[in-house]
Amino acid sequence: MSTATTHDEHHHGAPSGLMRWVKTTNHKDIGTLYLWFAFIMLLVGGAMAMVIRAELFQPGMQVVDPQFFNTMTTMHGLIMVFGAIMPAMVGFANWQIPMMIGAPDMALPRMNNWSFWILPFAGTMLVSTLFMEGGGPAFGWTFYAPLSTTFAPASTDFFIFAVHMLGFSSIMGAINIIATVLNMRAPGMTLMKMPLFVWTWFITAFLLIAVMPVLAGVVTMMLTDRNFGTSFFDAAGGGDPVLFQHVFWFFGHPEVYIMILPSFGIVSEIIPTFARKKLFGYSSMVYATASIAFLSFIVYAHHMFTTGMPVAGELYFMYATIMIAVPTAVKVFNWTATMWRGSMTFETPMLWAVGFVFLFTIGGFTGLMMGVAPTDMQYHDTYFIVAHFHYVLAAGALFAILGGVYYWIPKWTGNMYNERLGKIHFWWSAISINVLFFPQHFIGLAGMPRRIPDYSLQFADWNMISSLGGFAFGLAQIFFLFIVIKTIKGGEKASGQVWEGAEGLEWTVASPAPYHTFATAPEVK
Amino acid sequence: MFANTLRRALCSLWGALVLLGAGNAFAGYSDTINLVKGVTDISHKVYDLHMLVFWICVVVCVGVFAVLIYSIIYHRKSKGAKPATFHESTTVEIIWTTIPFLVLVVMAVPATTTLLALEDTRDADMSIQVTGYQWKWKYDYLDEDISFFSVLTTPREQIEGSEPKSENYLVEVDNPIVVPINKKIRFLITSNDVIHSWWVPALGWKQDAVPGFINDGWTELSEPGTYRGKCAELCGKDHGFMPIVLIAKTEEDYAAWVAEQKGAAEADAAAATQTWSMDDLIARGESVYNTNCAACHQANGAGIPGVFPAITGSAIATGDMAGHVDIVMNGKAGTAMQAFGAQLNDVDLAAVITFQRNALGNSAGDMVQPSDIAAAR
Ligand code: HEC
Ligand SMILES: [Cu+2]
Repeated sequence: MSTATTHDEHHHGAPSGLMRWVKTTNHKDIGTLYLWFAFIMLLVGGAMAMVIRAELFQPGMQVVDPQFFNTMTTMHGLIMVFGAIMPAMVGFANWQIPMMIGAPDMALPRMNNWSFWILPFAGTMLVSTLFMEGGGPAFGWTFYAPLSTTFAPASTDFFIFAVHMLGFSSIMGAINIIATVLNMRAPGMTLMKMPLFVWTWFITAFLLIAVMPVLAGVVTMMLTDRNFGTSFFDAAGGGDPVLFQHVFWFFGHPEVYIMILPSFGIVSEIIPTFARKKLFGYSSMVYATASIAFLSFIVYAHHMFTTGMPVAGELYFMYATIMIAVPTAVKVFNWTATMWRGSMTFETPMLWAVGFVFLFTIGGFTGLMMGVAPTDMQYHDTYFIVAHFHYVLAAGALFAILGGVYYWIPKWTGNMYNERLGKIHFWWSAISINVLFFPQHFIGLAGMPRRIPDYSLQFADWNMISSLGGFAFGLAQIFFLFIVIKTIKGGEKASGQVWEGAEGLEWTVASPAPYHTFATAPEVK
Repeated sequence: MFANTLRRALCSLWGALVLLGAGNAFAGYSDTINLVKGVTDISHKVYDLHMLVFWICVVVCVGVFAVLIYSIIYHRKSKGAKPATFHESTTVEIIWTTIPFLVLVVMAVPATTTLLALEDTRDADMSIQVTGYQWKWKYDYLDEDISFFSVLTTPREQIEGSEPKSENYLVEVDNPIVVPINKKIRFLITSNDVIHSWWVPALGWKQDAVPGFINDGWTELSEPGTYRGKCAELCGKDHGFMPIVLIAKTEEDYAAWVAEQKGAAEADAAAATQTWSMDDLIARGESVYNTNCAACHQANGAGIPGVFPAITGSAIATGDMAGHVDIVMNGKAGTAMQAFGAQLNDVDLAAVITFQRNALGNSAGDMVQPSDIAAAR
């Protein structure tokens, strides 16, 4: 590092120019980079969703061809999971965890820089497959073998490499969070005093470290099956295609909790602030999060009820799966009890949080329905599951992320967002997302499989409604971009406290948060 | 077309709203918004279980939402609400952990019995092997020596929109699977290439078709009828275009159908011994090509660059006859090109090869006879 930058840092200001962002080791800069990356990916993945909804607007093939349609569903899923939701959560972690536990920065700042800068390259490599001969990956975000091995286009090897890079990035981010939480807490900040957002991320980080290597393993097995003559997933060589699904879902099921646990954390910060009342059952929230994380490892084969598992296996995975409803219900009850007899106001962040509680609950119930193995024989691979996971990931995780942005953006930029626009954004999104996804329950139950570019006529009406909702929801997020830029450019100045009912160390520093906070650790009583 | 669909869409939306208000409108819309009830004992069990779990969810959901909404309305700062200070209660927390647990136990009992019944494929009266191919189904009647492929018949024009869509758009096939009623039928389900999933909602289940492994499922129908389904596992480009049509017949009708199939097989065998003219071969070859090859090599023979080679100008399809016969009959291991020797009869193979050599922009000028194919087997 040059003397000039060291000097700059002494003056507690941000260096300027492009190199500030390339070389930064500051948790706030890196948090910003993560959040912008996630936002761009949200728009890219969202554009793909618009292509999907446009093709499904009416029966018949009118916009794209079936192969490209499959590429769109695949890339939409991959980009939203690995490019939008996960990086956004890491962005929140970077900005908030040090400020919430009274630390000057993340424990491993240079690794932090690296774990971010891998992402744009991985993302570019993934998107570049679209332009390769034979097209991009077209085998679904779950990339089941042998469709993704023997029968996949050449670009699949680039996809594999991109997944490896994303995995590296996530593991490094997770290590950093664990090291920060364990070593950097201010004096007096015991584990059971940590804000719930920190707790949920701390647990999520362990999930990441446990399962990202499994994902790396499964794509490596694909790579050797494709190029080096192995037969892990090829029955003709003594392998088993279903083995792929076991390994994939051992990663994939915890992965969905990796996306939802930090959302629980964000919502658990927002609700007490606007209810002006402490979070109900703090310790049971922590235990519920930990038990959900643990259970997530032992239920994964509920994604595979139709693969021909032995009945005993199906029974076990059914019982274990429906058990997750217990800690999940505890969470919803706790949020409800936090709101109960509070003194609530409904600024934009609170709207998103309450929207989250309602819509996530619906997604949770459809999840329970699918955990029941015999009925899952009907629901599996239909639009019912598409509706379910969009209720928990779009109306769930994404709503939490949007709420979190409105909640903390005054702290990040020093400016209040425009409350009226924020509320319009919320209601616009909340209504359109239900028009988009609620009918998908119906068509799924009535028998429409997922991942099809064209459908028989009885599904036409609901698909059209769903598409209309989809276009409206997509447009709402462009509106959000406008609100964010407007807030960064100016607006009513925010106080340090920002929200009347907010508690926690991040609200004790000025808004915008100075480039370096807590250079001397605060004392926590 | 567009305006009509939009009008119908808005009607359905309206219907759904009415239905939310007044439960009795349910009947009219239930077949497009709820689980298919199906026509077998098992599918009814699955449906009942679905409704049970659904209503449990609705009751709990309404309860939680009622509390939330009450709180949102009355516990507002603007209504002068002062925040309470409670933030934990071990008793309450134990109660609301135990109750969901007990509800789950109540659900698990019927779920277990239904699952055990669903998976009990013992003591079947007959067996049919179902094999998934990119993008069609093959049915082998193991007790009858009958075997055929079942391919989508919806014309391309309907899919592309130049013709109006017919009633059974995308759920119609050339050779439906035919089964007798009142017999326990065991399906042995497997695949020739990627994973597919055989799903007829009216039977109450789906089962994955995994290459190299055999899964099973069973059904016993009591009413003659036609039931339609689809491949449910993403299996590549034409995943959305490999439907299933199952026809249940009375025992007499089924016996007649079996006899008819056997007669057709004999007629085919006779045709294979004749010498065919080039024009007849090309004419027959065109329909064989459109049913079996066009999904990949495209109707005009141009293929899809980087995925499926073109037939037009292909070195193999315009070169040495033996090489062409070989790739069509034996396929190419490790690619999507299947071994059609096992799928098509001698006449169809001779026809499609002759067609590829002398149409789609090719003009090799030679032909191959069914007897040559028989000799090459
Ligand atoms: C599921 C997709 C698929 C279907 C259906 C299919 N093919 Fe192919 N075909 C392929 C692929 C992939 C190749 C390239 C194999 C290779 O890598 O050499 C190929 C290659 C060929 C070739 C050699 C072309 C060349 O120049 O290399 C011929 C001839 C051919 N197929 C004929 C047929 C015929 C006849 C049918 C129908 C009876 C058919 N194919 C159906 C996928 C398919
Ligand atoms: Cu299929």
